[in-house]
Order: sequence, then structure tokens, then C-alpha cells
Amino acid sequence: MQEDPGLYDYWPYEGRPKISWPNGARVAFWVAPNIEFYELDPAVNPHRKAWPKPVPDVHGYATRDYGNRVGHMRMMRVLDRYGVRGSISLSTALCDHHPEIIEMCREREWEFFSHGIYNTRYTYGMSEAQERAMIEDAMATIEKHTGQRCSGYLAPALTHTEVTMDLFAEAGGIYTCDLFHDDQPTPVHVRSGKKFISVPYSLEMNDTIVYVVNKIEPRRYGEMIRRNFDRLYQEGATNGVVMCIPLHAYQVSHPHRLKAFEEALEYITGHSDVWVTTGREIAEYYIEKCYDAAVADIRERIEP
Amino acid sequence: MTLDPSYLDYPLRRYGMDHDCYDWSMLTDRKPVAWPDGKRVALWVNVALQFFPLDQKGKPFPPPGGMSTAYPDLRHYTLRDYGNRVGVFRLIEALDRYGVKASFAINAELAERYPYLLRRVAERGDEILCHGWNMDTPHYGGLDVEAERDQVVRSLDVLRGHGGQAVKGWLSPGKSQSRNTPALLVEHGVEYMCDWINDDMPYRFRTAAGEITAMPLSTELEDRFILLNNLHSETEYADQIIDAFDFLNREAGDQGGRLLALNVHPWLLGQPHRIGEFERLLAHIVGHETVWSAPPGEIRAAWLAAQP
Repeated sequence: MQEDPGLYDYWPYEGRPKISWPNGARVAFWVAPNIEFYELDPAVNPHRKAWPKPVPDVHGYATRDYGNRVGHMRMMRVLDRYGVRGSISLSTALCDHHPEIIEMCREREWEFFSHGIYNTRYTYGMSEAQERAMIEDAMATIEKHTGQRCSGYLAPALTHTEVTMDLFAEAGGIYTCDLFHDDQPTPVHVRSGKKFISVPYSLEMNDTIVYVVNKIEPRRYGEMIRRNFDRLYQEGATNGVVMCIPLHAYQVSHPHRLKAFEEALEYITGHSDVWVTTGREIAEYYIEKCYDAAVADIRERIEP
Repeated sequence: MTLDPSYLDYPLRRYGMDHDCYDWSMLTDRKPVAWPDGKRVALWVNVALQFFPLDQKGKPFPPPGGMSTAYPDLRHYTLRDYGNRVGVFRLIEALDRYGVKASFAINAELAERYPYLLRRVAERGDEILCHGWNMDTPHYGGLDVEAERDQVVRSLDVLRGHGGQAVKGWLSPGKSQSRNTPALLVEHGVEYMCDWINDDMPYRFRTAAGEITAMPLSTELEDRFILLNNLHSETEYADQIIDAFDFLNREAGDQGGRLLALNVHPWLLGQPHRIGEFERLLAHIVGHETVWSAPPGEIRAAWLAAQP
């Protein structure tokens, strides 16, 4: 085990080279629906229990299943209404289980990125070969069912090993959503030396963290989103930033919650100078236009 | 510890669900349901009447809302008992005032201990659901099937025997089930169960003994979940239910009938400082002409009649 993940260097927020998003936008705004499949009776991983109760954990399973049966369509309609293309963090087995959902997202040119095979299969304890096989399976599944090359990764159930980023970059990925250290994209060290970055995916704005961990009241979630946006929008006048709202249709799409979210989304997309985009578009733009300057600045700050 | 190679095998990676209990379908792909008289939202209020034993075993897990201090936990025992002595009568009064026809899910042991309560509900003619034996007798994976059968039969017998109703509905304590629960329910004359909360409408559920209807009784909108799990105030509880109703009422306008299923606990909402907020949300909901307040048996019948 290491004291530090070794994935990035300390890089103070103040005085960084300016990021200029397309058309002078201050904020690159993206929404990341997690479209997940949880297994009723998954293979056992000794490092983490899938369900708190003995199988069948009807309550836990049904809670997630609600998202696919009921929540997805509600969420998609709201995103359609405000011109937002989702960037899907996908349990890729869902391509087999629920292809209807995949097809609707594909028609809308949403981005598909990898969230593993199932959200009940954890990376903990995998050998390097096993983790590589899992990563490649997920990426190949996305390509086969959607025609898209997978660019991004959010590890299944946020479970990692020390080589997760290395393996994903070697498989052809260009960005990770697993790091919460910044409000701008940053370079991430991988052993191959490839240009690989972190795109901010906010846990603080994540509806599951908000509703399940922090137990926030729905109308207050809407208020939190607006406050988060207001400050980033203000700072983005000086240097471009990223705002992400990660969603789960089994949380945000409940009838007592969706309207408050919709109002917040209406507020954000009602501003000019907001680049409503996807994870991949942010990553590609950053790697092309900002990456080299960022690396040079980081080097200079470390050894002035 | 390295994982077994089989950890990367996915034998149920296939179309539909990873089990055979029900078919995969999205709510919006189903035939729209018309409730009687063209109503948009069926309002189902279920009052849970519960007994939490002082000598809680907590096997294999403690019930939500159960004893939590060292024995004897007089604090939680009496707070829960408050619901059956005082709170439930406040709820009944509120329901009557707003013309809401609720169902009552009753732990069978509670009906034995407090026959007055079962008689009172039965005499009102309200629909009775079996809520299992008591809150500390969960149905769960690993429970011996014969022991579970005994639990089901004993519970249904008490309620049917003393309540004078056929008792066709079931709510498991803590909404927990074993793999065998649904089939055991069908075998013993139960027509619908409320534990699977994966939908906003009823749906067909398959068992080895035949079909049963899943009538999802929302947890996210439950008073216990919002007040005790999320620690939101009673005002925020009422606001959330009102927001849920408004949302479903709009959605039903173009997608067909919807179900608003509210599970309530007299030991929570029956407290003097909370009951007024419950009344506020009932007033809001029944103030709409689009609402159909009905017990679950009637809602199920209307839903079945609307199926192809």
C-alpha cells in the first residue's frame, strides 16, 4: 500500500494557465446519468458485501430496479427538455438486460462510458489480468452495442486497485471520473505515459450521495445545485471550470424529487456562457488545447 | 486475496431480468390504466399497526424502528406502543375527516394482544392486510421453508379468524422476503404483496404456485423513511408528499392512471406535533377532483380490469 495514490501532483488552483472553453464559455457543464444494473445474487467478493441483507435483498434490489422501470424515462425527458445530452456511466451488462434503454440513449447521441459490467462486481481483489479483462469486456460491449469507442471510466461501485488508471489508459481510455480533487480537469499519471486526465465528476452534487448518504431534502438539493453553479459561473469568468451533476434514475426521478432538479437544470441552462456538453467532449478539448500548458505549469510549480 | 476466475463469469447476463419473478418492462411501455370515473391518481394510504417485542432477537437483522438500547429498551417499546394506544385514533380521525379510505396492515401478534384494535378496524369495514407475525419475525433468505410456511399460516389464520375478512393482501415486516415468500403467499390465498418497491404501478409477479400482484408500497415516501431515516421535519415530509402528488397528477394527465402509495405509522405521524402536517397533505391531495381514494384491493381490481 502507498501513502499517496501517486496519480497527480499538487497544483494550486490560483494562478493556473487559463482554460478557454469553446465560444468563451465560463463553465463546461455535463450531466452523468449512472445507468446501472445490480444483480440479485452476485458472485461473492470477499472484500465487499453486495447486499446488507441475505439474498434476496428485495428492498435493495427493488430500489435500484425502480430506476430502469420507472425513473429512466422521467429523467431522459427532463434532459431532453433542456437540451442536455447525458454522459452515461454504464453498467455495461445493461446492454444485454435492457437494450431498449441503450437504444433511446444512442438515438439521442448520448455518450456511453464504462462503469464496469455490473455495479455488484467489485474490482477489489482482482489480479491485474482480471481487471484488464473486465475493463476490456466493458469497453468492447459498449462498442458492440452503441458503435462508440469508450473514452471514460467510473470504476464499478467506485472500487479500484492501484493500477486501475494504468489499465484503463492502456485499453484506450482518455479520462477518469474517479478523482474528486479539483474543479478543473487535470493530468493523471499513468505508467504508459499516455495523455490521460481527470474530468471533474462531483460527488457532492451526486444525487445518491445527496439523498442516501447526506439525506438531503429534495428542494434543498435544487438549491445546492444552484449555489454550486453560481460560484463556478462567477469563477469561470477568469478561468474555465467544469460542473458535473451525476444522477441515478432510482434517486432523482422519484415523484417527490424530480421537479426540484428540473428547476435547477432550467436555471443553469438559462445562462449564456455555459457549454452544455459531455465528458468525452471536455476530455478531448482539454487534451488538445490545455494539457501541455497544464503539464508545463505543474512542472514549473514543483521546481520553480 | 485474489478472486476466483469465476468472478468474471456472468451466467445471467441476458435479456430482461437476472431472475424469473417478473418480466422486464418500462412503465411508459405499458398500456395506460384508466381508474374509475376517469380519475388520475389512486391514493392508497396504508396504516401499519405493529408490535415490536421488548425481547427483540434481531435475527438475522433487527427491524427498522426496533429496539436499540440494552434490554429492557423501555424507550422504544413504549414509543412504538404509543401508536397503538393513542396515535392510531388520531390517524383514523384524520382519514375520516378527509374521506380517505385507508387499509390497515396488522402484525398478527398485535391483533392477538390487542383484540380491540382489530375489532375496531374490522367494524369500520376497512381492508385488512397481513403484516406478518410481528416486527421481529422477518422473512429472509435462509429461513427454513417449513418454518416460514408456519409463520405465514399462523399470521393469516389469526387475522382471518378474528377479523372476519378473507385477507388477500400481504406486507412483510420490514418488506423483507425469502425466495419462497411469494409462492407461500399464493398457496395460502394471498392475492397481492407490497414488498417490491420497484415500480409506481402494480405489476404481475410469477411464483412456483401461480401469479401474485406486486402492489408497490413506496419506501421513499414512507413517514418512517423520511422522518426517522432521513431525519427531515414533519413539514418537509408533508411538502415531499405534496410534491409527489402534484408530479404524479401531472404525469397521469398524459400517461394514464398513477398510484400514490403512502405507508404511515401511528407511532410517528400520530404524535401531536406531526398529525397536523399529515392533515395538511391529505387536504391538499383530496382537494383535487382527479383523486381516487381507495383501498388496495379495489385498486388492484381496477388495475387488473385494465390489463390486456
